Amino acid sequence: MKSMLVILFSAMLTNNFVLSKFMGICPFLGVSKKLDSAAGMGAAVTFVMVCATICTYPVYTFLLAPFGLEYLKTVAFILIIALFVQLIEMILKKKIPSLYESLGVYLPLITTNCAVLGVTILNIDNGYNFGESIVDALGAGLGFTLALLIFSGVRSRVDKADIPETFKGVPATLIAASIVSVSFMSFSGMVEGIFS
Amino acid sequence: MAENSNLKEFTKGIIKENPTLVTLLGMCPTLAVTTMAENGLGMGIATTFVLVCSNAVISLLKNVIPKAVRLPSFIVIIASFVTLIEFLMKGYVPALYDSLGVFLSLITVNCIILGRAEAFASKNKLIPSILDGLGMGLGFTLALFLMGSFREILGTGKWMGIDLHFSDPMTIFIMPAGGFFVLGCIIAVVNKLAKRKPPEKIGCAGCPCADSCAGCANEHKEDK
Repeated sequence: MKSMLVILFSAMLTNNFVLSKFMGICPFLGVSKKLDSAAGMGAAVTFVMVCATICTYPVYTFLLAPFGLEYLKTVAFILIIALFVQLIEMILKKKIPSLYESLGVYLPLITTNCAVLGVTILNIDNGYNFGESIVDALGAGLGFTLALLIFSGVRSRVDKADIPETFKGVPATLIAASIVSVSFMSFSGMVEGIFS
Repeated sequence: MAENSNLKEFTKGIIKENPTLVTLLGMCPTLAVTTMAENGLGMGIATTFVLVCSNAVISLLKNVIPKAVRLPSFIVIIASFVTLIEFLMKGYVPALYDSLGVFLSLITVNCIILGRAEAFASKNKLIPSILDGLGMGLGFTLALFLMGSFREILGTGKWMGIDLHFSDPMTIFIMPAGGFFVLGCIIAVVNKLAKRKPPEKIGCAGCPCADSCAGCANEHKEDK
């Protein structure tokens, strides 16, 4: 149980996918303008990450590894994720239209969000078991959501600030991200310290 | 005339439409692997290889792939070449392979590659597609090398492993925060030199996968 908590919180805070592993930067910069769209994107990514991990882990362990086909994991995983995103989209559209309304726009090509492929590959590389993988994916998704939410708040202030012409727009956003990232640095070592 | 236009396809990616610094695509590897100039260079070359090969294959297959399934087909083609370069690097440059780690696999979802496949290779002949891939790849490599050099010199006081005898290297520059900061500054300088209005939106305006990209889909929705 303890190790699960360590995995969950370190994926969320110390090894935050956006701010310390640099995965999923595009949606982080693109969708963080408004609080509600940041929350929607975060929820969609978390959902897809957990579901994708549930699918990719058995495929790797029971299909690729026994036949010595580990090198096919990039191809196999990206296909599973692409398939899965399509499937979720179709199911949501049919069964839960209200959820589709709020998450629908974020679903297409979450496929090419590198955080999703990243988390499935890292789970395998780190040698996590099935339960740990799911917890890690959940933590990564929550961490992504957290970073997006915090950053959307920071950004609404930055957009109103008076900054030099050259730095307006993307450069200012990146430098703000750098400062948010500094604040996440202070979590390092803390999670392991609390739970061990 | 034909040669002139080919040359243009090649050079546009290096400066005018530099994928990282101007159209702001492929930000994740740009930030993640550039703690050292050498890593940036390695990542750039690996991406260029995948870009040229996938552009060539997609350009050849452009009449065979049905429009409805083109994105999954592109991704499979790209992923195959990524697997290939993974093998090559593991065999010949194991140290670089280890330091790039998971980001080598993540070349698959680099939006520069899918973007060029969708915007250029699927509409053009073989030779221009290869040159386009080469130019874009070199532009990407150049940007990564620049970022890596800045961060390595400021963060560790070394460059390509050579000690420059700095008194106090600023470690923050090789940490994640430094990555965001250096990229922000470089883009600001590029804006200043190009004397143009800084881009308001990240990538999406010039992004070829705008219809399918989550971030852009949302902005399109807002526009409507």
